[in-house]
Amino acid sequence: MLDSIRDLYQEVVFDHNRNPRNFRVMADANRTVEGYNPLCGDRITLYVKIGETGIIEDVSFQGAGCAISTASASLMTEIVRGQTEQEAEHLFNLFHRITTGQDDSLDPATLGKLAVLAGVRAYPARVKCATLPWHSLQSALKNQADTVSTE
Amino acid sequence: MTTATERAGYPLERIRNDFPILQQSIHGHPLAYLDNAASTQKPRAVIDCIRRVYETDYSNVHRGVHSLSQRATDRYEAARCRLQAFLKARHSHEIIFVRGATEGINLVAQSFGRSHLKAGDEILITAMEHHANIVPWQMLSEQIGTRLVVAPIDRQGELQLDALIDRLSAKTRLVAVTQVSNALGTINPVREIIEQAHARGIPVLVDGAQAVPHLAVDVTALDCDFYVLSGHKLYGPSGIGVLYGKEQWLKAMPPYQGGGDMIRRVTFEKTEYNGLPYKFEAGTPNIVDTIALGAAVDYLEAIGLDAIAAHEAELLAYATRRALEIPGLTLIGTARHKGAILSFTLDRIHPHDIGTLLDMQGIAIRAGHHCAMPVMDFFGVPATARASFGLYNTLAEVDALMDGLGEIIKVFR
Repeated sequence: MLDSIRDLYQEVVFDHNRNPRNFRVMADANRTVEGYNPLCGDRITLYVKIGETGIIEDVSFQGAGCAISTASASLMTEIVRGQTEQEAEHLFNLFHRITTGQDDSLDPATLGKLAVLAGVRAYPARVKCATLPWHSLQSALKNQADTVSTE
Repeated sequence: MTTATERAGYPLERIRNDFPILQQSIHGHPLAYLDNAASTQKPRAVIDCIRRVYETDYSNVHRGVHSLSQRATDRYEAARCRLQAFLKARHSHEIIFVRGATEGINLVAQSFGRSHLKAGDEILITAMEHHANIVPWQMLSEQIGTRLVVAPIDRQGELQLDALIDRLSAKTRLVAVTQVSNALGTINPVREIIEQAHARGIPVLVDGAQAVPHLAVDVTALDCDFYVLSGHKLYGPSGIGVLYGKEQWLKAMPPYQGGGDMIRRVTFEKTEYNGLPYKFEAGTPNIVDTIALGAAVDYLEAIGLDAIAAHEAELLAYATRRALEIPGLTLIGTARHKGAILSFTLDRIHPHDIGTLLDMQGIAIRAGHHCAMPVMDFFGVPATARASFGLYNTLAEVDALMDGLGEIIKVFR
C-alpha cells in the first residue's frame, strides 16, 4: 500500500495534519467563516484579518476534519498570509482548476507548496475536502456567506 | 480459516461464486466488500432474472389482453405472493411495492398520518433512527402540527426501553422504530415495543431495511402494523422495496399518489379508487425489479436466513475481537444484540481518511454519518468508519480489514 498512498498522502500532508500551522482562534479577526461539509463531518472555522490596504495580515483556523482538509487549511494559511486579496483569489482559482481536474494543461508546479495536494484530482470524492478551506477563504475575502460547504 | 457455520455446511465458496462483482481486484488487491449496510451486491440469479424478463416476458402490467402483458402481470403478481410468504403476511394485498423503505415510510406519513393524525398528536421514534424515519415525520409535523417524540439510547447504543414506554402517552398515535440500527448495529426488541404500544391501542411501524437481510421476519407473529424494507439491501435490485400494512389500516388510508392503475373509474367530477394493493401503486410500477426482488428472496431462502445469521454472527464476533486489539480504536455501538455492523473511530484519524486508505487496499467500507446525524451527535463524533458484513463475506476479509487498519495507523504515526 505504501507506494500508492503517496499520490494522495504525501509526507507534507501528514506533517501538516499532525502539526497544523496557524491552528488558533484569532481574537482580532475582521472576517470569520464557518466551513462545514456535513456528509464528511469536516468542519473549520477560518479567521482572517485584512488590513486597510487589502493585505491579508493574518489568517488562522480551528476545527476538525480529515487529513486532506486539515493539511489544505494549514498550507493555505501559511501561503496566503501577506498576500493581497487579488493574489489569494488568483491562487484559489489555480488550485480549484487543478484539484478539480478542469484544466489538465496546468502544471501543478505552478501551485508551489500547494502542489502536494494536486493528487486529490484522482480521488473525486475527496476534492471537496481539499477545497473547503479555500471556499471558506473566498467567502471571507468577498464578505459573503458566514457558512460555506463544498458538498 | 473457516467459520463453524462453514464447517457445518454453509456453502461460502459457492455463494461467493454466485456474485460476479466480487471476482475483481481494486487497486491491485482482491475486493473485500464490507459496505453491505449501505447496499448489497447481486447474485447471478437476480441479474439473470432481470435479463430474462426483458428478453422474454416484458410488457406493461394489469392492462393488455396480449400474451406478454399477461405473462408480465403474472410474474409481477407472483413476486407479490413471494414477498407475502417471505414476510409471512396474511394477505398478498397487504404487500405494497414502493421504491424502497424511505418511500414506504413517506407513504405512511402522508397517507396514514394526514388521515388519522391531527395537531398535538405525538409520533414516537428512537434516537437511533435513520434520517428516513425522522424527516418524513418532521414534514408531517410541519404540515399538520403533530409532534415528534424521541426515546433515548444509552452509551452502548441500546434503546432505553423503559424510557420509550414512559413516552407512550395518551397523545401518542404512532410508534416508528427501526428493527436494526444502520449506524450502530443494535437489534431492537421490536416485539416488546409492539406489545407495549398495542396495550395502549397505538399502532407501530417497523423500519426493517437493515433487518431483513440478516434475520427471518414474521410480520404476523410480530403483529406490527406497518413494515418497510428496501430490495437493494436484500441482494435485490435498487429502486424497489415493500411496504407491508395491515389490511385494516391500508383500507382506511387514502391513496398516496394519483394516476393510472390506482383507479376503478374516472370522470372529471369524481374518481373511484381501486382496491388494495393497487390503490397505492399509481402509474406503471417498477415491473422488472419487482420480479427480480422475488428472485433475490428465492436466493436468500435457498441458503436459509438462519444459516446466514449464524455465519454473519461469527464474522461480527471475530471482527469485534480483532478490533478491540487495535490501539486507539473505539467501537461505536456495543449493544448486546447486534446485527453484523461494526462502527468505529480511530484516534486522530478521520473516518474519510480511513475509507480512502482502505480502498487503496481493496477494502470497501462506509465513512460518514450513515444518514443518522443525531446518532453521531450523541456519541460526539463527526462521523464513523463502518464495516458491515453480508452472507458472502469471509474471515479472511475481516483479517484484511484489521491488517489494513494496522497499516493506516502506521502511516499516520
